[in-house]
Amino acid sequence: MSDTYTLYNPTVMDHFMNPRNMGDLKDADGIGEVGAAACGDIMKISLRIKDGKIEDARFKTFGCGSAIASSSMATELIKGRTIEEAMHFTNQEVVSALGGLPPVKIHCSVLAEEALKAALEDYLHRHPELAAKAPAAEVVAA
Amino acid sequence: MRQVYLDHQAATPLLPEAFEAMRPYFTEHFGNASSLHQAGLRVRDALKKARQQMAALVNAESEEDIFFTSDGTESSNLAIKGVAYANERKGKHLVVSATEHPSVMNSVEFLEKQGWTCTRVPVDAAGLVDPAAVGAAITPQTVLVAVHHVNHDIGAIQKVAEIGRICAEKGVPFYVDCEASAGWLPVDVREFGASLASFSPHRFYGPKGVGVLYRSKKARLVSIIHGGVQEGGRRAGTENIPAIVGAGVAAEVAVEKLPGRMAHAAALQKRLWDGLASRIPYIKLNGPLPGPDRIPTNLNISTEFIEGEGQLLLCDLNGIAVASGSSCVSKSLKISHVLAAIGLDHALAQGNLILTLGDANTLEDMDYVVETFARIVEKLRNMSPMWDEFQRGVIDSVIAPTGRGKSFSQHAADVSGKAIH
Repeated sequence: MSDTYTLYNPTVMDHFMNPRNMGDLKDADGIGEVGAAACGDIMKISLRIKDGKIEDARFKTFGCGSAIASSSMATELIKGRTIEEAMHFTNQEVVSALGGLPPVKIHCSVLAEEALKAALEDYLHRHPELAAKAPAAEVVAA
Repeated sequence: MRQVYLDHQAATPLLPEAFEAMRPYFTEHFGNASSLHQAGLRVRDALKKARQQMAALVNAESEEDIFFTSDGTESSNLAIKGVAYANERKGKHLVVSATEHPSVMNSVEFLEKQGWTCTRVPVDAAGLVDPAAVGAAITPQTVLVAVHHVNHDIGAIQKVAEIGRICAEKGVPFYVDCEASAGWLPVDVREFGASLASFSPHRFYGPKGVGVLYRSKKARLVSIIHGGVQEGGRRAGTENIPAIVGAGVAAEVAVEKLPGRMAHAAALQKRLWDGLASRIPYIKLNGPLPGPDRIPTNLNISTEFIEGEGQLLLCDLNGIAVASGSSCVSKSLKISHVLAAIGLDHALAQGNLILTLGDANTLEDMDYVVETFARIVEKLRNMSPMWDEFQRGVIDSVIAPTGRGKSFSQHAADVSGKAIH
């Protein structure tokens, strides 16, 4: 592989070629699907939540290599976190964990954050008794 | 792993005979063509020969009508700005087709900021310009009409000879960008009625670093690069002699091999498109059908429910080099303006790939591409929420509508909160 040139760094390429948590969750507790108006990419994240904790996460993405890698990494990072922790999740965590993204592709990581927060909002919408206690999701604009 | 290079529109490998011809001009024949001594006169001779080879490729009246530039972009900048500035007192209106190369579109935009106006003639769904519409756009203030011979993205062959006749009747110079066709289709500047035409040898097995602009003496042209009196005063700057010599050889070979190249490319194009269309559901060919309206070297496809950059990356990892007009591939995050001009649905433009064929490709390569690409499509569709939503009847297919579900664009707008482009 040493003489193979790649568009992205090895971590991004790995998550693109071998995405983690790809698919849907049967009977998900929260589902978020968001689109990027800038480029047209679409990302969907499904969560299984038990006792206030994210037990499992899955993604499906219509988008470029970095969008797929961003959603793969985001689902890896949020597993095991509490709802409150997940509400403070930012795209910067995805970018750092991926070892950086090209400037023009940062919006892919923002989309992953937005998909996660949309899934959490969906969960809280289904559980209004918890919504009052949870902090409002702060979605960072691209 | 099998390596299949399908991006001949971007670059081609240099012909060994062109490389050999170039070699001495880097070392022992290093002279500057402007010098008056032996070293200069020797390369001046080589320059003249290359000019003759270029003139022969496009059937120019004289080698004096051939100007060497640094590449296709410089040629089109010179053609557009050079003619516009030369005719500034006559009028400040230009006519171009909506699907010209960015070097034409952006040159025109530059002139618009300086007071010129431009009419962009639309194309039909196949990407073809109506010659009558070009004629109708010409006004008494029009100083240049620019319509390319073959589109760089979708391979549409424009009716340039017909447009050339209309321009001649109205007495307006006509610039034909032949960058995507020279070396692969017959280019005859006299038959086209072209006052100007450009082409780049690196697209037909010549070296990079040299572009060619043909200009008939009837068209006034001023230099846009100022310096010495090289290239008849139309392009200042020391000529890139090694590249020009290699380009001349590539042009000579192109003349000789043209019928064989066209037949070979047409056979590959048929095998590849037939294979893709039968093997992969929900795939669409953009541009004219293979035949008289499409260059045999080009296929431009849209595969529904998946995005183009992912397809490109996975093709590359499987040894297949392709290009894409998807927004994710562009640095501006915009889909190719050509795909927008033919009215392609954004969802299909997103899933776009451009495959351009060449001499070294084989029928076996095409079969490998079809089988590999079918696996890639399956992998990416499994990852795509759109594929899943199509299966569940939430969204509909643009290519083969079932009548169930909303459009992809509507869905994308719903989930992003904004209309997509």
